[in-house]
Amino acid sequence: MGEKHVDAVIVGAGWAGSILAKELTEAGLSVVMLERGAERTTQVEGAYPDSIDELRGAVRKRLFQNLSQSTVTIRNTIDQTALPYRQLAAFLPGEGVGGAGLHWSGVHFRVAPEDLRLRSSVIERYGEKFIPEGMNLQDYGVTYEELEPFFDKAEKVFGTSGEAYKVQGKIVGNGNVFSPDRSSDFPLPVMKDTFSASVFRDAAKSAGYHPYALPAANASRQYTNTYGCQMGPCNFCGYCSGYDCYLYSKASPNVNILPALRQDPRFSLIPNAHVLRVDLDSTKKKATGVTYLDTRTRKETSLSADLVILGAFQFNNVHLMLVSGIGKPYDPVSNTGTVGRNFVYQTITSSRVWLPSSTYTNQFVGAGGAGVAIDDFNSMNFDHGPLGFVGGSPVWVNQAGMKPIAAATGAGGGGTPRWGSAYKDALINTYKHSLGIDAHGSNMAYRDVYLDLDPTWKDAYGQPLLRMTFTWKDNDIRMNQYVVSKIEPIARAMGATKMNLVHLNPGQPFDTRKYQTTHLGGGAIMGENPQTSALNRYLQSWDVSNVFVIGSNAFPQGMGYNPTGMVAALAYWTAHHIRTTYLKSPGPLVQA
Amino acid sequence: MKWPLLAACILGSGLAGKAVAQDTDNATLEKGRYLAAASDCAACHSVRGKPEYSGGVSFSLPMGKIYSTNITPDPEHGIGHYTEAQFGRALREGVRRDGATLYPAMPFPSYARLTNSDIHSLFVYFREGVKAAPISPPKNGIAWPLSIRWPLTFWRWAFAPTPTKAIPRTSGEFTDPELARGAYLVEGPAHCGACHSPRAITMQEKALTATDGNLYLAGGAMVDGWTPPSLRQENRTGLGRWSEDDIVSFLRTGRANTGSVFGSMTSAVVHGTQKLTDDDLHAIVHYLKSLKAADQTQKPWTYDSTITDQLHKADLSYRGARIYVDRCAACHRTDGKGYPSVFPPLAGNPVMMQDDPVSLIHIIQSGATLPAMTAAPSSIVMPAFKHKLTDEQIADVVTFIRHAWGNNASPVSAEDVKRLSKSMPPPDMADDALSLN
Repeated sequence: MGEKHVDAVIVGAGWAGSILAKELTEAGLSVVMLERGAERTTQVEGAYPDSIDELRGAVRKRLFQNLSQSTVTIRNTIDQTALPYRQLAAFLPGEGVGGAGLHWSGVHFRVAPEDLRLRSSVIERYGEKFIPEGMNLQDYGVTYEELEPFFDKAEKVFGTSGEAYKVQGKIVGNGNVFSPDRSSDFPLPVMKDTFSASVFRDAAKSAGYHPYALPAANASRQYTNTYGCQMGPCNFCGYCSGYDCYLYSKASPNVNILPALRQDPRFSLIPNAHVLRVDLDSTKKKATGVTYLDTRTRKETSLSADLVILGAFQFNNVHLMLVSGIGKPYDPVSNTGTVGRNFVYQTITSSRVWLPSSTYTNQFVGAGGAGVAIDDFNSMNFDHGPLGFVGGSPVWVNQAGMKPIAAATGAGGGGTPRWGSAYKDALINTYKHSLGIDAHGSNMAYRDVYLDLDPTWKDAYGQPLLRMTFTWKDNDIRMNQYVVSKIEPIARAMGATKMNLVHLNPGQPFDTRKYQTTHLGGGAIMGENPQTSALNRYLQSWDVSNVFVIGSNAFPQGMGYNPTGMVAALAYWTAHHIRTTYLKSPGPLVQA
Repeated sequence: MKWPLLAACILGSGLAGKAVAQDTDNATLEKGRYLAAASDCAACHSVRGKPEYSGGVSFSLPMGKIYSTNITPDPEHGIGHYTEAQFGRALREGVRRDGATLYPAMPFPSYARLTNSDIHSLFVYFREGVKAAPISPPKNGIAWPLSIRWPLTFWRWAFAPTPTKAIPRTSGEFTDPELARGAYLVEGPAHCGACHSPRAITMQEKALTATDGNLYLAGGAMVDGWTPPSLRQENRTGLGRWSEDDIVSFLRTGRANTGSVFGSMTSAVVHGTQKLTDDDLHAIVHYLKSLKAADQTQKPWTYDSTITDQLHKADLSYRGARIYVDRCAACHRTDGKGYPSVFPPLAGNPVMMQDDPVSLIHIIQSGATLPAMTAAPSSIVMPAFKHKLTDEQIADVVTFIRHAWGNNASPVSAEDVKRLSKSMPPPDMADDALSLN
């Protein structure tokens, strides 16, 4: 008996997978989407008030990867032995239908155009010698102009709220002066500033910077998207990151795409299906389908497919490529191979500022995607020449809502007693009168920072774990210190009575025990050269042309912006080229 | 769910009546499929997880539980042996092939209006467009002697119209063809009156057509824990303030700027009205809009901002205000206007102002899920609060929303809520709303 055959199989039910599933079913293909986690719908798990249970949500990590089944191992440097990441802390990959797209906050950026050609841009401005030894600085191989229609399309699906600066060459509003031209305005009006954001806006302006409202995939009012899916308006309840939004106002695959997909008879979704490998034919140049394990019955099933889309979380895509033998694994010693190369993160530090007790920031209020930022120290928007580093950071107040347990845990900042009346005073003071300011920075790629298969540790299914070799490098530490130094005068202008400014220090290694961000990137990057990228500019494997790998794994370096907007645009970009070119004549879209 | 359009070839050797497979054109079958949707057959004869139209939906009657029958063309378990005449007689007169009378849960007093041509199309559809399912629903749970069917025959003679009387009546009521079409659909196949018209002590609908008087569609008694509201033009409790677009949107997507579907009506929209053509939906609405208010004394509803102003000043002194703000206002807003058509308004919503608050109490106890519709794929949930709020708290918040924003309906007591816990519908299984492929 032959295996079941479908036109396309998609691994992972997050944004990337759901976008591809929608596009490919629209193109008439039969699509099966496999998700290793559980089925999740807003009308069941997202129902108020259970959805905003902090203990169940953020503390017990309901929507995140179950590390008892599979995880990664981590080490800082090549000479160390990696150990498994056993407790979710530094980064929080999602699991279940919706993936990380269900638990994200909703900050929905496009891209700084120069980040797409950062290598070229740095060389043009500062010369090739400016690039530090060991830094694998690369271009994406795609331009903002090429991606613009897909950013636009994604925003109309996500119901993104924001304030434009330039639409079709005309300045239309108070948006980010550094942001590129747009073909149309945001589909929804900008989210309101929280008090803390408005204080930051005023102070940043008085310091001579250019504050703007973060583009938010939190609906500022009710909205019906391109697919007929409905969103409710955000009420700043603060339960965004780590939660499924009961108001249907934070965009997620579950709210914005899957309701329409589920009605399509060409589409089916199989939850609790952990994909073990992409099956290749004997030439290793063509995928024949995938083999997955039903995590409840432990039964293996093979699905045959003409087209395989990897839409899992960044490092899971890389892991699947490595265990399936797609492309050549990266070797940092010989500096050859591509899969695992350019593993990147973001360089983020969060500082806290206390205002006088007569001003109320009310930290329990918040929206994950809303806030006010400045881009004056992001991307190529400032002169790196005298500073001697590559990259930058937006700086923002993104009051996402401090939940009670988190507030009680971190109250007061460093140096505050952890018990007694001083602790209680600090807790109240922090909750009512403080605000957070983040430097949300880029992270460059380095020759000895990479992903490969761990030689020792295996997951619950007997496959080797993915190994991360990662630590902070001097370039990014100096970038972070520089940007954080710019926060202090802004905080003073805000009337700060106390500041807890946090930055990285030289030699400081990556610490997995403390949450930083889930914005991991690279490892299977896109580019123009098959020697230095695993994927071509259409996110198609150079080596196995019927495999497309969608996600932040494609980023050659970590950018200052949050990645989801870029991932969504790349997903629509890839889907467009599959529909218009690949399906007519399957094969490599770029000749190696 | 779409059944393949193959002509069912398994008609069985014992098939009585003329073979219809050959002389049927696709248009007749499709018309039959459409009429089956318009007649909402699936709401009573299909159960999720079982083959379509294979019966098994339970009806709780005072004398016991009955189950709907298998109406697939299976000759043994379904209606495969029915001739077209027998099929028509069952639909329009409530008489089974063996001569016994059907329980009037089957709305044959309404179906009596179906034209011969429509009966023919339905017959063709149920013979050829529906897949035979060889399963039987559970046995009816009515004990002897109440299970004896002949008294039903007297009921039928006394209260059910004959097709000869019913057909000209409905079609002759209106000269305007659109109104006539609307009347035909509402009074006939859609059998709206079965739930929305009041019934007498002997259980017959007090009015079966618009010309029977003002009680027609003036609001019915509780069905499965829900009280069907008036579909007439009462300003507060009827459709008096619903625009044509509102009602069309409600019937097509289950959601409108004026309110969203819940309770038993949900399946009528899912299986029935969402599948109707634009023309038919507009015809239905024109007809409904022509039904004058049964209660002419209602003072027109106007928005009253007193409560809104109080809430905006953090004045929570009105009974139930705090619970409303804590539990309800996120979606329905402090001004009661909601975020339609995602979250429905409570201000001016006829359900708030029904004399009988049972639907309101039950939706708070059991919750409701607005399912995905073809034209509106999002499924929106109203959570269940039975295990989060006490009877007293539910009474308080129901009293609050019945009072606020000009609704000015009567208060509700904790005893009312406690009593109604017994008739509380099972918490809505939102999974049912999810059509997983």
